[in-house]
Amino acid sequence: MAGLTGRMSTVVKAKVSKLLDRAEDPAETLDYSYQKQVEQLQNVKKGIADVVTAKKRLQMQEKSLQQSVVKLDTQARQALSAGNEDLARTALERKNVAQTELQGLDGQVSELESQQQKLTDSEQKLRAKIEAFRTKKEVIKAQYSAAEAQVRISEAATGVGEQMADVGLAMQRAVDKTENMKARADAVSELEQAGTFDDITALGSGEDDIDRQLKQLSSQPAVDDDLAKLKSELGKGGAAPAPQIAASGGAGEAGRTDESGQA
Amino acid sequence: MIVRISGEDQYRLADEDSAELNELDIAVISACEGGDEKGYADAFAALLDFVRSHGERVPDDELAGSDLILPPPDLSFDEAQVAFSGDGLIPD
Repeated sequence: MAGLTGRMSTVVKAKVSKLLDRAEDPAETLDYSYQKQVEQLQNVKKGIADVVTAKKRLQMQEKSLQQSVVKLDTQARQALSAGNEDLARTALERKNVAQTELQGLDGQVSELESQQQKLTDSEQKLRAKIEAFRTKKEVIKAQYSAAEAQVRISEAATGVGEQMADVGLAMQRAVDKTENMKARADAVSELEQAGTFDDITALGSGEDDIDRQLKQLSSQPAVDDDLAKLKSELGKGGAAPAPQIAASGGAGEAGRTDESGQA
Repeated sequence: MIVRISGEDQYRLADEDSAELNELDIAVISACEGGDEKGYADAFAALLDFVRSHGERVPDDELAGSDLILPPPDLSFDEAQVAFSGDGLIPD
């Protein structure tokens, strides 16, 4: 028994022979087979277009997250200037989450880019094989007897069928990946929509679910650092930002006593 | 002997290469079975490199079926657990 390779070749061969069994006349088989190949090439093109669409969607999301980061940073500054440290902290926490998501998106976009490249290469190879098949089928039709033709058709069709199966596999992998990304992108969208404050005064002390999730997601020391940095930039909250780092281990927990205070 | 690397190309290898190919494949399988992710990555890369370096690329417009089809190079360890099983690439 072979591993994957044996199974894969069997699947390909079964598909090809199923296709060839449809017609009895070799000439008809050849034309039918070619017609199917051209149809499937169209599907490949559609598949590539889907990957491109998914990539564009992620790129747009990247852009709006970048805008969110800038906006949240501004809001944190405004909040701190107005003396509202809690709000500034929340804004920084959200900024932190947005930045983390941005990094993730970056990786996904380049992943999709390479998928797209692979599919395009595959499509070109498939096109070359289909073109070769088109030439060969005319030769077979003209030169061989029916019995001989059957053998040659099978060879040629296997060559194309295998390339087709290969593109199909690449496509399936790309689709699986984009599906995962879509789910994640939707989650990011939700976060992102909730992530900026349209009205800076709108956020009171009452925390909603998203806030709590954000707090869990964001790394507290990073937010503490950001807040300390912002404070020193704005000339508030004492002189030296240095001790802040040493204290950050306990600071996150100490500031949590208000969490149960819900309306 | 024609070997296809999925998502890449077909390569034409000498029949004598099949013994080494099978050895390399067994290394991949045993890494998978042993749950050795790093070992799998190295062994699979070695298998693919062997095909690429010993084989001659089959032109895109040549219509030939492959004797062996290898999984795509970016096959994850989890996927490999399913893909590589049994006695190896070349049936006894």
